[in-house]
Order: sequence, then structure tokens, then C-alpha cells
Amino acid sequence: MLKIENLHVRIAGKDILTGLDLEVKAGEVHAIMGPNGAGKSTLGNVLAGREGYEVTQGSIEFNGKNLLELEPEERAAEGVFLAFQYPVEIPGVNNTYFLRAALNAQRKRRGEKELDSMQFLKRVREKLAVLHLKDELLHRAVNEGFSGGEKKRNEIFQMALLEPKLAVLDETDSGLDIDAMKLVADGVNAMRDPSRAFVVITHYQRLLDYIVPDFVHVLADGHIVESGDKSLALKLEEHGYSWIAERKLVGAA
Amino acid sequence: MAGGFLEPFLADAGQASRSQAAWLTEARTNALQQLARDGMPGPRSEAWKYSSLRALGQRQYQRGDAEANSRAIDKQLLALPGVDGPRLVFVNGAFRADLSTTRTIKGLQLTALSSVLESDPDSLQPFLSRSFDDPAHVFARLNSALASDGPVIRVAAGVAVEPLVHLIFVGAAASTSLAWQLRSIIEIAEGGSLRLVEHHVGEAGQSHFGNVLSQIAVRANARLDLLQVQNSPETASLTRRTDVVLDADAHLELRSIEAGAQWMRHDLVVNLSGDRSRFVSRGVFALRGRQHADTRLDVRHSARDSACDILWRGVADQRSRGIFHGAITVEPGADGSDALLSNKNLLLSAQAEIDTQPVLEIYADEVKAAHGATVGQLDEHALFYLRTRGLSADEARSLLTLAFCRVAFDSVENEALREHLDVLLLERLPSMEQEPTTDKASA
Repeated sequence: MLKIENLHVRIAGKDILTGLDLEVKAGEVHAIMGPNGAGKSTLGNVLAGREGYEVTQGSIEFNGKNLLELEPEERAAEGVFLAFQYPVEIPGVNNTYFLRAALNAQRKRRGEKELDSMQFLKRVREKLAVLHLKDELLHRAVNEGFSGGEKKRNEIFQMALLEPKLAVLDETDSGLDIDAMKLVADGVNAMRDPSRAFVVITHYQRLLDYIVPDFVHVLADGHIVESGDKSLALKLEEHGYSWIAERKLVGAA
Repeated sequence: MAGGFLEPFLADAGQASRSQAAWLTEARTNALQQLARDGMPGPRSEAWKYSSLRALGQRQYQRGDAEANSRAIDKQLLALPGVDGPRLVFVNGAFRADLSTTRTIKGLQLTALSSVLESDPDSLQPFLSRSFDDPAHVFARLNSALASDGPVIRVAAGVAVEPLVHLIFVGAAASTSLAWQLRSIIEIAEGGSLRLVEHHVGEAGQSHFGNVLSQIAVRANARLDLLQVQNSPETASLTRRTDVVLDADAHLELRSIEAGAQWMRHDLVVNLSGDRSRFVSRGVFALRGRQHADTRLDVRHSARDSACDILWRGVADQRSRGIFHGAITVEPGADGSDALLSNKNLLLSAQAEIDTQPVLEIYADEVKAAHGATVGQLDEHALFYLRTRGLSADEARSLLTLAFCRVAFDSVENEALREHLDVLLLERLPSMEQEPTTDKASA
């Protein structure tokens, strides 16, 4: 589904990703862990198509298409979704209106029939229930005045509604208490499906107790330095990220 | 020295100004003399700093419209969704009884100035004898000298008028460019209340010059909710002056949408002259093409514990130009006043220009005052966020721009009307043509 090869990314003249390789197949959950400043969020942003990220080398292929050639909205229609680390507040834009406009814009681009109000609301109610979100959030402006936890749950709610093929969760666990984190994990687990893949970017192992990954990768200095199964996350938790650096030194010697 | 613009009005105006009421003839003659003496404000006039009158001075308009009473008007032009109360319609400066609907409502007088001037002119003396002594107020003078029609709305003491009243000022196509005048007088007596829509429209292509002078008096404990929808064709010129006096505990709730006209000037002059009087203003101008819109607020606190709360937004695209001047003066003795002014603007093109100027002058004690003004562009983070959810760059821009403007009317309770205002702005704002979903899903 997703194939990243030798990806080099530069922001404002500074090299952030330096030869990242990653392959994600449908149905898989990959966790990307790593210390602060390793380039984790850059990866999410490059996948979603944020401006100001210069790809100097390498490629990203998504279901056979060159993702880097697509606009952010084209990527969305292809099925790429980024849950933001810092969801943006948009005063004056009603949450429901926005979600329906987004969903129908994607459907239109894919040549599917747009949903009418009734069909849309039916879908909204189903997804709200899974995330234990209050109806009231729908009537408010997008993320405006939402608590940190509400913002993160709103991201997962949007994901549930838009039903992407590849969901990238950028530190969705940051700032969440254990109850909110469980709700987020429930929302993600409810969407796990043989046709859908997840890339879960996180600094802590904690989230992976609830969203159990098939693969864990450690990102440091702009590329993946270690890959393994879920036990790798536990080792990291025990030894810290410095353990990776030490192992690398030993390996090099 | 009168400029070219004023000449056709001054030529034989003495004849037109004559009235059976001596005081009115005198007031009109006085205004004419002032115009003849001072002419048009020059390039150094502070009040006209951003809106040059030179271009206007080079144009010639025919005075009034002899056929105003018979011009055919498309009914669609007059319609406003959610508004079906009594209405007064004026075409090219003249009252049109045939297009108006005035059913009898107890405690509400809804008439045309032209008929009051025949039946009972003296009842309007306090309004019509007003003199405008500042040469900058050239159009108020012109209106004082020439206007012979307009709405007269009076609400009796203690009466809460239920239906939403609709005032419509129409510019109708004619073979030449016309200059028309309307004088509007609104008085809400003690404890009364009224909800009113002031609606400016016109037939496409006409390039008339409209000049509206409104005098509004909200007496003690009375309330006026006024929605101004200025949607004139983008070929017309329009100047308005709205003069408001608020007595003790009076309340004016004003919503203003400035979307139309090629050249537009609105002077909004509010005097908080009664203790605890309150003025709330929400407004937006949305400009494109070569539109020019100049909004000038002059709010004066002259009584204790009076409050104003002013929040305006501006959007300028292409080569348009927007000006917002917001002046608040707290006079000596107006202690305990509360003044709030915010003006945020959005530039959608490198060729567009917005000038904003908040002015706060305080001569009293224990005053709470805050003001701020900004000019900026759309938030890149918000644009990206919307695009990652599937909206195109154009859709995302239009949605954010509309959201930015909506603060002006999101408190309008009439849902059909509010949605119409949404659509009106969407149509005016850039790259809105392919907007996919203008209907709202309400969960």
C-alpha cells in the first residue's frame, strides 16, 4: 500500500529525514517511535502534503501512485488521513458542515455519489457512539474551545467518518489521560480492517498497550535505525532511546 | 466654490426647496447656501482622506428621476428570505405604494416622508431642521437640501412591534445616470421596540448615485434591532449617513453587511446620550473587482455608564479597497463608560488594499476601553488542515473567508435570513463559484 524509499526531506535548509525506508501493507499497524527531534512529525506531514517540506531524494508510492505529485486534497481522496498532533481551531466553521463538505468533496473526487443530509447524519451518529463523543461537539466550530482530549478524539472521529485506507496518527496520545487514550484506542481498533493500514507515531510505548502494532520502527537522526515486532517497544520502554544509539555504536565497531 | 458634481443640484434648486412649512424652506435654503459656499471637500479633508471625491466631481448626474413612480421592478429583486413583514419600497428616491405592503399595526406608523410633508410636516421639524455645519458632511447637506421622500417609521411608547419590517431602497435602470436622495426618519418612543431590515438593491448595470440620510432616535428604555444589507449592483455609487441618538437605557443592536456598490461611503454616527445606553455593532465589508467601500464610525459617549461593543470584519480581493475608520470619544462626565472596538481584515490579493484606523479619545474617569485592528491573510495551518480532509484549496479558502465574515451576522436569529446572508457573501467572495455545498446539515 505504502512504499517509502530512501526519503530525504529538508525544511528551511535543514536536513530532517535522511534516507527513510518504510513499507506498509494493507491490514498492518506500524508504530514509529523515536526521540524528540528525530523527524517523526515530519514524516506525517510529508505524507499529508504540507508545504515547505522539500523532498531532495527518494520516493513515496501509495497504491501504485506517486504520492509526492498529489495535492493534499488529492491524497485525502486517495485515502490518506493524518490525525494532527495539534488539531487546528477554526472559528466560524461548523463541525458538521465542515465534515459533510470534506466527505462529499472526497466522494466527488472519487466519482462517488455525494451523501445527502440524512445519509450523512446516520453515519455521524454511528461513529459518535464508538468514540463516546457528545452530539454537542457537532454544533460547535471545528475544534474551537475543545479540550486537548476532545480535539484528539475529534481527529479520530473524523478518521472514522472519512474511512481512509491509510491513517497516520501523529502523537495522538500526547496530552491524553489514560481514559481518553483508551477511547482513542477503541476508536482505532474498531477501524482495524484487512483493507486498511495504520502508521502510529508516538513517543511513548503506553499507547501501544492499547493499539497493538504488527511492527515497531525506531526513527532516529532522520531514518529508521531499528525495526522489530511489538517487543521492541517494550525494550525501548525499559532501556530508553540511548540504548539504540549504544547498540548502533557497538554494531559499527 | 461648487465643483462640477454639485452644479446640477444647485442650478435651480431654490424652486425645489420651497415648502409650505417656512422652517423647512429655511433649512433647505441654509443647506444649499452651505453647499454653494463650501463646495466639495478638498484633497486635504481628513474625513475624505481615503476616499477621493475627485472622480465623483468629474461625473454628471441628472437630479432625481421623473419616471421613478412608474418604473417596472422585478419582484425577485425585493425579496429577502425569512422577511415577510410590512415593507416600504423606494425606487430611485421615490416612494412606491404599489410595491409596498403596509398593513395596520397598532402603535406603528409606517409612512413615506412625501405624505407626512403634506399632512403634518411640523411633526418632523426636530429631524428635518437639523443643520450640518461641517463642510465634510457634504452629502448630508445635499440630502437636507433636496430629499423629499423616504421612510418615516415611528413606534409608540411601550409598543413592541412583532413583525420584522423591511425597508427597500432600489436603484432602477434608466437611460442616464441619476442622483437620488432619500431621508429616513425612525423614532422608537419610550419603552418601544422594533426589528428592521434596511436593504439596498438595484438593477444590474445602472450607475446611479444614491444618497441616504437616516436619523434614528431610540428613546428611553427602547430598543432597535437594525440589519443593514447593502447589496447594490457593483456599478452604482452610494453614500449613507446614519445618525443615531440613544437616550437613557436605550439599546441599538446593529448588523451591517456591505457587499455591493462600486463606490460606497457610510458614516455611522452614534451618540450615546442617555445613561446606560448601549450600542452593539457587528459588521463586515466584502469587496472584489475595483469596489471601494469606506465605513466611518463616529461613536460618542456623552452619558454615564454607557457602552459600545463594535466588532467589524473586512475582506478585500482583486483590486478592491476597503477603509474602516472607527472613532470612539468618551466625553467629560461620561464616567463608567465601556468601549470596545475590534476590526480584523483579510487581504485576498496583493493588489487589494485595506486601511483601518481605530481612534479612541477619552476625557472621562473610570472608563473601560479597548480597541484593536489587524490586516492579515488566511491562516496557512487552517488551510492545510481543511485540505487534508479533502477540501480543495479554493473550497478551503472560501470556507475560511466566509467563517471570518460570519461574525457579523451569526447572531441573526432568523435562520432563513442568516443562510441567505451566507449565500450572498459566498457569491461575492472569490472562487466561490464551484462551492459544492451551500446548504447546511444541521445535526
